[in-house]
Amino acid sequence: MTRLLWCLLALFAVSGWASAQAIDPLPFKSRVEEVRFQHLTKQLRCMVCQNESLADSNAELARDLRHAVFALMQVGKSDAQIKHYLTERYSDFVLYDPPFRRGTLLLWLGPILLLLLTAAALIATDRGRIPSRTQARQEEPW
Amino acid sequence: MMRTLPLPGFALLTALFGFGIRWNSHHDPHEVPSPLIDKPAPAFVLPRLDHPGQSLDKTSMLGRPYLVNVFASWCIACGEEHPVLMTAGRKLGIPLIGYNYKDDPSEAKAWLARHGNPYDQVITDRSGRTAIDFGVYGAPESFLVDAGGVIRYKHIGPFTAELIATELAPAIAALRREAP
Repeated sequence: MTRLLWCLLALFAVSGWASAQAIDPLPFKSRVEEVRFQHLTKQLRCMVCQNESLADSNAELARDLRHAVFALMQVGKSDAQIKHYLTERYSDFVLYDPPFRRGTLLLWLGPILLLLLTAAALIATDRGRIPSRTQARQEEPW
Repeated sequence: MMRTLPLPGFALLTALFGFGIRWNSHHDPHEVPSPLIDKPAPAFVLPRLDHPGQSLDKTSMLGRPYLVNVFASWCIACGEEHPVLMTAGRKLGIPLIGYNYKDDPSEAKAWLARHGNPYDQVITDRSGRTAIDFGVYGAPESFLVDAGGVIRYKHIGPFTAELIATELAPAIAALRREAP
């Protein structure tokens, strides 16, 4: 039983490593660079299969874009510059987190607005209830 | 207050839900508006399919509007679009530039020989590097570039005769009015 458990554990460990490596290995200079690359490509959307990130996708275009991101990293571009490079060509849609600007105001603040509205509605209905509750207490027969 | 709130609340949610369904049935979520519209087309220098030694570049195309049509022999939707380009596409009155995207040149040639060649020139981008500058993410895609080298219109997906009549032809006519 313990042997089976160890086998499973080993398998899990290897599969995690494989999913990070297998898609296409790039010649990273250091572990730090690789971690930065993985972190960055996880924030970018694959345009072909829109529910996958650049890091996860097997699509041909995703591979090309990974190589483009890697090449930009090699010439010393910052994460922000690389994101700018991609949004210039593929619009904000490539970012999983859309930027905060006038057009996305409702998207970002909508949930908070909805929460506030609900809270306001709840308070309003509760206010209406308090007198009736005190009334009920007064009416309670001893 | 307590009694009146649920009904309008429910109506609002239903309306939002209905709007969502309507919106999604009229808009393809795969169609991402290009940030390149009304911006200069990216500079390109790409080899010609028929004469790989010669290349076509953006500056040599300046001075007249043209349509860049991204296609590939492996692209099924391009096959659907092809007959439309053979008929309506040829009547547009502007050069059609075939942009052979991530394709094997010999297969592209065979494909054009089999289905006919509607293009005035065909350029090849085997690696897809320049296509990234154009924001290409799936063939077929078409870009209308004006005489000043600015992208004025983009269509993602196959053209139909109807789309050419309602969208592309008016866009070309508008360019003609600008520069007589």
